[in-house]
Amino acid sequence: MTTVDQDLEPAAPSAVEGERLTAPSGGKPQRRGRRAAGFTPYALITPAIIVLAAIVGWPLVQLIITSFQEFGRAQVFGAPPSWVWFDNYIDVFTDPVFYGVLGRTLLFAGACVAVTMVLSTLIALMLVRLPKGFRMLLTVGMLLAWAMPALTATIVWGWMFDTAYGVINYALVNWFGLAEFDQHQWLINPLSFFMVAGIIVVWGAVPFAAFTLYAGLTQVPGEVLEAAQLDGAGGFARFRLIIFPYLKPIFMIVTMLQVIWDLKVFTQIFALQDIGGIRAQTNTLGVYIYQTSIAGGDFGHGGAIAVITAVLLMAISIYYIRQVLKEEEL
Amino acid sequence: MSAAVTPTTRAVTAPGSLDRARRGGGRRRVTTWLLSALSVVLFALFVFPVYWMVNTSFQPNNDVRGSEVHFFPDNFTLRNYETVIFDPGRTPFLPAAANSLIVTLLTVIIALVFAFLASVAVTRFRFKSRRAFILTILVIQMIPGEAMIVSVFRVIDGWQLLNTIAGLTIVYIATVLPFTIWTLRGFVNGVPVELEEAAMIDGCSRAGAFWRVTFPLLAPGLIATGVFGFIQAWNEFIMALVLNARPEMMTLPVWLRTFLVANGTTNWAGIMAGSTLMAIPVIVFFLIVQGRMTSGLVSGAVKG
Repeated sequence: MTTVDQDLEPAAPSAVEGERLTAPSGGKPQRRGRRAAGFTPYALITPAIIVLAAIVGWPLVQLIITSFQEFGRAQVFGAPPSWVWFDNYIDVFTDPVFYGVLGRTLLFAGACVAVTMVLSTLIALMLVRLPKGFRMLLTVGMLLAWAMPALTATIVWGWMFDTAYGVINYALVNWFGLAEFDQHQWLINPLSFFMVAGIIVVWGAVPFAAFTLYAGLTQVPGEVLEAAQLDGAGGFARFRLIIFPYLKPIFMIVTMLQVIWDLKVFTQIFALQDIGGIRAQTNTLGVYIYQTSIAGGDFGHGGAIAVITAVLLMAISIYYIRQVLKEEEL
Repeated sequence: MSAAVTPTTRAVTAPGSLDRARRGGGRRRVTTWLLSALSVVLFALFVFPVYWMVNTSFQPNNDVRGSEVHFFPDNFTLRNYETVIFDPGRTPFLPAAANSLIVTLLTVIIALVFAFLASVAVTRFRFKSRRAFILTILVIQMIPGEAMIVSVFRVIDGWQLLNTIAGLTIVYIATVLPFTIWTLRGFVNGVPVELEEAAMIDGCSRAGAFWRVTFPLLAPGLIATGVFGFIQAWNEFIMALVLNARPEMMTLPVWLRTFLVANGTTNWAGIMAGSTLMAIPVIVFFLIVQGRMTSGLVSGAVKG
């Protein structure tokens, strides 16, 4: 049994890592030594359970209840909510605006995930072949981008794409002679709004994906590749027949995480709308829930949309959770 | 609600086993040079926005709004920081920074304690609902926070905790707890029980053995996990936007957004100074721990 951390940190200075060497087979001895004690473990998980029940469990129940009720501003101020059962869901599912939001979210997330995964795979392959100095350089650059909070990243990119003083319009006009980009408004047109948002999302997501894939790549045994090369396999054939099969599990997990993260994108879209987008034409599911319930005060419909979003994401996550459970041998 | 998973980037120094298959040949050397050049371009693409934020923040707003773009802060100034930090406007910076710091520190400390207890329970004890508990932790991480804003808002409102440090802190604890438990679980698992058993044979009590032997070995894990909790809570935006909307109770992200909306696109220099102030603690912390952090969730994918 090998884990990424053990293999990638051969000389880790931490005491924990050192101790691991004395018990390289990980899980099994622990399982044997695990105590069957009556009351103690329950006492130990109680604080966590209480917090999670209060802030996740109870609100989740309330969310589902509210989605079956008519719950507007009047109810916030004390009027009793009335049960409307599936009316909210029927309204949502017959509302063309919802389908617009849903389609936009799926397309945007799909495009972001595809671009992120292709770029990350290429960068990971590149990291393997780079001389050490250049590899360090690129690593540091990606770490900086990765560390940047989503909100500040969005604001900075928004400033770079600024109509009057943005560096991107400046470069396009003065360096590339594209005069039509003088005073060009990037965020007014929904399509170009989502292009900018996509750049921000991909820029922030590539480092994590590329580092993870690179970690996976370093596990591909060199002997197998050499053998394939001797047998006359070209670069692409080696990637398709050897590297990718080795990489597939980690590739799938990273893709799943990207799908989940990109489907619930909020900060980037919300802040970019502040800078200059037209909200009604650029809402994604996360922002739409906020607009309907918090800004619009319609908690019933907002609840229904939230439940639909949660169900969609949970359905996608099932594969991921099963994978993790299988690998972790709980 | 978000699973920050981090592979260890110390991998960079690990010997790439693919290298061996790649050596030799003039064509190879050309490819290597092309790739090196490309890596410099990519480096610039990743770093430029960060550089641009800092660069703009050190320029007078007149330069920023001039017809020429300044690629270096030629007329270096700290005025923007002065204005942002001591701005007596409706949404002052200093209280927001204080709120962020208090909420984040409280969150990290309490979440670490709770998560530590829970991770000891699932790694060192066998009990009936153990598997169900771990599964719950995993599933909770997948619930989108966006879907929960409304009902969390109503629960906190019901407790009269809107616009308070306590309200936001308890929500953040719940937000970082699943990830923290999951990660600490891995670290506790890494310390063999045999060590504790040896200490018990030497006369330690069970709790004493755990406290004297295992706990000190967990320090790096606790620090790494704590820093990641710090980053998550410091950056959190949606919940803070909804729960602490009153100007004097805002956290930094909400303050920054308010500052952005209030100044429109007229004061980019000030906005960049604010962004830098918010981003710097995160970037520093992130660079410190990134090598330490082992991949809690992704590691599973490479096994076997």
